[in-house]
Amino acid sequence: MPKVEALHRYATPFGVFLLLVILLGVGLTLDPRRVPSPLIGKPLPEFDVPTVRDPQRRFSQDQLRDGVSLLNVWATWCVPCREEHPVLVGIEQRGEAVIFGLNYKDRRDKAITWLNQLGDPYRMSGFDVDGRAGIDLGVYGVPETFIIDAKGDIVHKHIGPIDEKTWKEELLPLIRRVESRRG
Amino acid sequence: MERRAATPDPARRVQARLSRRRAAGLFLGAVLLAVAGAAVAAVFEPREFASAEQERRYKVLINELRCLVCQNQNLADSNAELAADLRTLAYEMIKNGDSDEQIITFMVDRYGEFVLYRPRLKASTVALWLGPFLLGAGGIWLLWRMIHRRSLLARTTQELSDDEKSRLKDLLGGDETDTERGRNA
Repeated sequence: MPKVEALHRYATPFGVFLLLVILLGVGLTLDPRRVPSPLIGKPLPEFDVPTVRDPQRRFSQDQLRDGVSLLNVWATWCVPCREEHPVLVGIEQRGEAVIFGLNYKDRRDKAITWLNQLGDPYRMSGFDVDGRAGIDLGVYGVPETFIIDAKGDIVHKHIGPIDEKTWKEELLPLIRRVESRRG
Repeated sequence: MERRAATPDPARRVQARLSRRRAAGLFLGAVLLAVAGAAVAAVFEPREFASAEQERRYKVLINELRCLVCQNQNLADSNAELAADLRTLAYEMIKNGDSDEQIITFMVDRYGEFVLYRPRLKASTVALWLGPFLLGAGGIWLLWRMIHRRSLLARTTQELSDDEKSRLKDLLGGDETDTERGRNA
């Protein structure tokens, strides 16, 4: 068989194989645990919960209209939240971002103790005892952190704990960009 | 000349076939048991409904919605707390008079199309729905082309002329008796 014809014969199956390799290779790098949120680009959903420290005060989505802010969903029973906490405390101390909290399916006394012992990076923390506010936000695990711009729109959702590297290299630059856009 | 036992004696053959059948039967039984087990794996939660239709709708919904925590399970089977919360929510929405469409939209608005085991056909899911069929059709077309080409090749290949046949015999060295002797050795 002449050489060119032989090459031609194998070209198509090889081409298909190559395509599959690329497709599946990309697929291997994706993490199905990180479900993309359909709320990105949309206004922060409405919610209305009491605060952790003071049951008489309310915490709702309106309070996040004062510049770019983070909404961090956390719980005392969540181990990664415990690891993430010092990072959040650092962010608040350095004044890099305003952080609001949403305490998810937890106990109030435990939550208050946790904040007193480990530091409270939150301007305010909502107390979502039955998780309904979480459902409205599309929360399916803890911790999750939303980045909300001054208009009240969700610009990013971070699944899992925030580590220093992610903060410095990904999230903080994103916040700066969003801030400069709004002027 | 060595004696090669090509097949075991008849008795052993029957025995082998019977034990193979038993093994196959056991395997099939195990598979059926596993599948049946999964069918009744739904979390047991007593719920009261105003009508049989509501109950039917509830069961269909919790089977069609994915648990995002244990992503290979639907809400019906999952023991995750979020699944329990969403089941309760679906139940409440049905009791409230919300339609299936409203409940599904509610879930998809918050969690995306991924929450449905059968995502709705949208611009973002077209590739997902049509992909397998397109790939299948593409494969069949390639196959047809290969077979067609081969049959074309067979048709156009010419028979050897008598002259060429005798040349071939010479090239292969010797006549038929030689090859037969080799077979019976």
